[in-house]
Amino acid sequence: MERQPRVLQVLLLAGLVALIAFPLVGEKFYLQFITKVMIMAIFAMSLDLLVGYSGLVSLGHALFFGVAAYALMLLTPEYQAAGFWTSLGASLGIAALAALVVGFFVLRTSGIYFIMVTLAFGQMTYFYVHDSSHLGGSDGKYIYVRPVLEIAGWSPFDLEQPSHFYYVALAMMVLVYFSLRVLLASPFGRVISGIKENEHRMRMLGFATFRYKLVCFVLAGALAGLAGWLVAAHDGLVNPEMLSWHQSGQLLMMVILGGMGTPSGPILGAAALKVLELLFQGWTKHWQLLLGGFIVLSVLLLPRGLAQLFESWRRD
Amino acid sequence: MTEPALRTAALRKDFGGLTAVNDVALVCRVGELHAVIGPNGAGKTTLINLLSGDLAPSSGRVELFGRDVTGLPSHSISQLGVGRSYQRTNIFMRFTVFENCRLAAQSRLPSSMRFLRPAARYREVNEAAARAVELAELCGREQVPATALSHGERRQLEVAMTLATRPKLLLLDEPLAGMGAEESTRMVALLRKLAPGHAMLLVEHDMDAVFALASVLTVMVNGAVLASGAPEAIRANREVQEAYLGSEDGE
Repeated sequence: MERQPRVLQVLLLAGLVALIAFPLVGEKFYLQFITKVMIMAIFAMSLDLLVGYSGLVSLGHALFFGVAAYALMLLTPEYQAAGFWTSLGASLGIAALAALVVGFFVLRTSGIYFIMVTLAFGQMTYFYVHDSSHLGGSDGKYIYVRPVLEIAGWSPFDLEQPSHFYYVALAMMVLVYFSLRVLLASPFGRVISGIKENEHRMRMLGFATFRYKLVCFVLAGALAGLAGWLVAAHDGLVNPEMLSWHQSGQLLMMVILGGMGTPSGPILGAAALKVLELLFQGWTKHWQLLLGGFIVLSVLLLPRGLAQLFESWRRD
Repeated sequence: MTEPALRTAALRKDFGGLTAVNDVALVCRVGELHAVIGPNGAGKTTLINLLSGDLAPSSGRVELFGRDVTGLPSHSISQLGVGRSYQRTNIFMRFTVFENCRLAAQSRLPSSMRFLRPAARYREVNEAAARAVELAELCGREQVPATALSHGERRQLEVAMTLATRPKLLLLDEPLAGMGAEESTRMVALLRKLAPGHAMLLVEHDMDAVFALASVLTVMVNGAVLASGAPEAIRANREVQEAYLGSEDGE
């Protein structure tokens, strides 16, 4: 496994401790804000598996996020709670299945064509949902009650409470982070990196590369589904914008801003983008200009993302 | 007589109106080093591409170890025990020497759909990679990134990766391309060392190396086989001298 720079390890650990301690002091607004950031971090990590580690730049990743969110909405009876594991399993399953079908087609292309075809699949789904009244059309639909986890009458946590939801999201983010690190060091992970580096040579070494790319695409889709389920449960509503290419584009920005192909990059990117958005929105209604400017600057100065800051410390 | 590792019959490849490989029949056995020579544009690299599955033939047949493999994809052909090295170095530039070989060796696991145990802890894979590094005489360079290697070392790594897949048939496309005298000598020694245990098909421009190594020579001109046989016979062949060797011998 690639060792992370020591400075980064210390910072990550400090960050984790701060995140664990935050609900003891934080206000509800910030609690919910950070919960959202952590969910977006999961979403960004799932995309980084494609963009950063496999070299597959997708502009349709929101599709899997969105279908998982809608799956939770459909599985939640009005004014009743959906089961935690059943709805989570269904959301992940539907996202994985969607990724299997989409991946089967898009992975036959590469480069700019891959970007275009993923975009096309994303937009097809977006317009389908947008124009389907039983799915709530352009307004979307509310989820009035959050999923409930009950084991023989006992619930370990209550998602209606912001601090409980916060810890569930944190636990999921940490779990995804370490799962991905294990995955990337495994034989499967090495094959994925090899494909990114030189797919032709991988085939000549005897690897049926399509199969590996498809499995990777499905895993990334399922993880995006986890994020989608969390967001829908957290916000208590779904709408078609979750599936739109704006969502995919913003996600790609998070990954690039944080650092593609680095374990903590997507987390840093998601946090940076969301925090700046909040900050600039407080300053001016033209906050998008400031945010855009920041992204241009950071790509120019830190082409390998925020994670690069810590890499250069190591070399000193 | 053992089954030949490689046999082709009436192999042909057309690119539009151009016939790059025309009616080629070849046989290569284990323990044999079969060199294919010919002027530029004779179709030698296209021939290798047909044998490795990089290209599908327009017509004709490729048999490996007695099995018809015509039109199989390159990864399936590789799994049958075929290792190929490239004329232009084709390695994983950002990986270390060892990681290049380890990934190559990993291709011989029944499957790489393994998600939990770190790849670095597969003992048999590490051993195969270490063996390949040793055979290609890259010991001590294991942890160097491929980008930092000299040209000659990259060519050695290219061969090492091929060896790490434990092939029975080696397809080597100009392994001496761009090498200095000393590097060439080392590569020739390596190929000689490998010859007894493998069937080797070698495309090469360096005539000294070819005559030093080959047990069988095939001369290609304009996509077709002009002559094939023992090196002495080829050297004495009038047609070959006119078409190709004459100019080279005059150097």
